[in-house]
Amino acid sequence: MAQPGTAEPLRQTDVLPEKIQITLTVNGTRTGLAVAPWTTLLDALRDRLDLTGTKKGCDHGQCGACTVLVDGRRINSCLTLAVMKDGAEVTTVEGLASNGTLHPLQQAFIDHDAFQCGYCTSGQICSAAGLIAEGKARTADEIRELMSGNICRCGAYPNIVAAIQQAMERS
Amino acid sequence: MNPFSYARASDVADAIRQIAADPAARFVAGGTNLIDLMKYDVEHPARLIDISQLPLKSIEETPEGGLLIGAMVPNSDLAYHPLIEQRYPLLASAILAGASQQLRNMASTGGNLLQRTRCFYFYDVVTPCNKRKPGSGCSAISGVNRINAILGTSDACIATHPSDMCVALAALDARVHVAGPGGARTVAFPDFHRLPGATPERDTNLESDEIITGIEIPAKGFNANYSYLKIRDRLSYAFALVSVAAALELEGDTIKEARLALGGVAHKPWRDPAAEAAMRGQHAGESAFTKAADLLLQGAQGYGHNNFKIGLARRAIVRTLSQAARGMPQSQSVKKIR
Ligand SMILES: Cc1cc2nc3c(=O)[nH]c(=O)nc-3n(C[C@H](O)[C@H](O)[C@H](O)COP(=O)(O)OP(=O)(O)OC[C@H]3O[C@@H](n4cnc5c(N)ncnc54)[C@H](O)[C@@H]3O)c2cc1C
Ligand code: SF4
Ligand code: FES
Ligand code: FES
Repeated sequence: MAQPGTAEPLRQTDVLPEKIQITLTVNGTRTGLAVAPWTTLLDALRDRLDLTGTKKGCDHGQCGACTVLVDGRRINSCLTLAVMKDGAEVTTVEGLASNGTLHPLQQAFIDHDAFQCGYCTSGQICSAAGLIAEGKARTADEIRELMSGNICRCGAYPNIVAAIQQAMERS
Repeated sequence: MNPFSYARASDVADAIRQIAADPAARFVAGGTNLIDLMKYDVEHPARLIDISQLPLKSIEETPEGGLLIGAMVPNSDLAYHPLIEQRYPLLASAILAGASQQLRNMASTGGNLLQRTRCFYFYDVVTPCNKRKPGSGCSAISGVNRINAILGTSDACIATHPSDMCVALAALDARVHVAGPGGARTVAFPDFHRLPGATPERDTNLESDEIITGIEIPAKGFNANYSYLKIRDRLSYAFALVSVAAALELEGDTIKEARLALGGVAHKPWRDPAAEAAMRGQHAGESAFTKAADLLLQGAQGYGHNNFKIGLARRAIVRTLSQAARGMPQSQSVKKIR
């Protein structure tokens, strides 16, 4: 039998596979949508649900700009197929503030000027929310290590760590 | 990504039925390697069988005093599981040295074993690569091979297996539980991954209609004297150039038992019983460690850009064994190497 990756020809099919109906609870709102199997969660959020706060940096799991919380855990939405998350609860950066009050992490990022261009910021903030929920980081070294999945091209790292420390103290 | 159809497996038997019925189908678990490779057009399955919901998510104690880890346990849950932290800290440390927390939250125990090489040419579909396209040639042997292998290579392929977790599993004498149309079997870790030989397109001895159901680790966890040291181009979120898993059982200063495995240097985690046997009964110190390093690296060969790995591996082995002997394992958050 063929081994993975040995480039066997695509099976010829005349019709594209049908879209699949899924339900996602995004930022507290239940939403039904029909997605092609190859639609990533990132593309579903940005292109189908108009939640463009979540960014596409590399599309290959290498930068963290697409980080969202799925059932409370931080993941890379660019390497996640939407169909595989049918029924899941998704939190994006748009869902963090409550009743017009910024999430402590959002406020801390402002207080510490923890960004320049801002492209990585929503991923950083969602990742930090996951980090705080995990409860594994206490020291600055541990924060740095467990935030290493979020690259900041502007190099705002020192202020990002300070912002996360502030939010950790207040949560 | 190419268009593909999607189905969810309802149980292990259903997963095996589905994969056996369609040679162009692939399992998807965490998706962190397969989806990535599909985006690069390295993999183009006609059908994905989603095994991520299968009830293989528990970590159970075996009658022999070891653990059976379900294939769908996420890497992060495994690393932070109390029994792993207490009894198998070498495994926890190796897992936490790999990828990022987001990826570890997604990646499965079974999928980690089956992740494919990060050889640049394997990913670059316009270049020859025997692993991706058998018979097309190997671009790395005379190309940019800084990250490639120094041990167990062949004329056909000099790729490395990129996993950190597997280096610890090799040192811990893990066994892989698999199931297929013909029933279930277990595979000793050294027999799971293959050397490239003339068939580099085959990474492992898993048949294409088989599924990994779990990983079993024996009782002995070496939780007092162990260390996992990973050397890479940046301090985190990068694959190993060289990594070392070391575990010792000491009686005073004398080595009763030693385990030593390397990552980033071969097509599979690299272990040699002779290097471990040579440490037995010796004083736990630099001279025994250097001798073990020389034995483990016997036959190492560079291909130009990666010549540095031989000396780097030798020093890393000695340092990691000494960390283990001192009971001061490498921290995965404080990066200073002591
Ligand atoms: C940016 C980046 C950095 C990374 N850095 C590191 C690192 O430093 N160290 C490291 O070790 N890893 C690293 N990884 C790799 C990561 O650990 C693997 O991608 C992950 O472990 C694969 O698991 P998965 O469940 O996501 O596999 P999937 O992508 O779902 O599957 C991989 C392969 O295994 C098959 N498969 C999966 N589960 C089973 C099963 N139970 N039975 C049979 N077949 C199965 C699939 O069909 C597929 O062919 C990195 C990945 C990325 C994207
Ligand atoms: S080393 Fe292996 S994976 Fe890399 S180009 Fe050569 S054949 Fe391909
Ligand atoms: S866009 Fe997902 S990690 Fe870069
Ligand atoms: S603020 Fe610009 S990439 Fe981080």
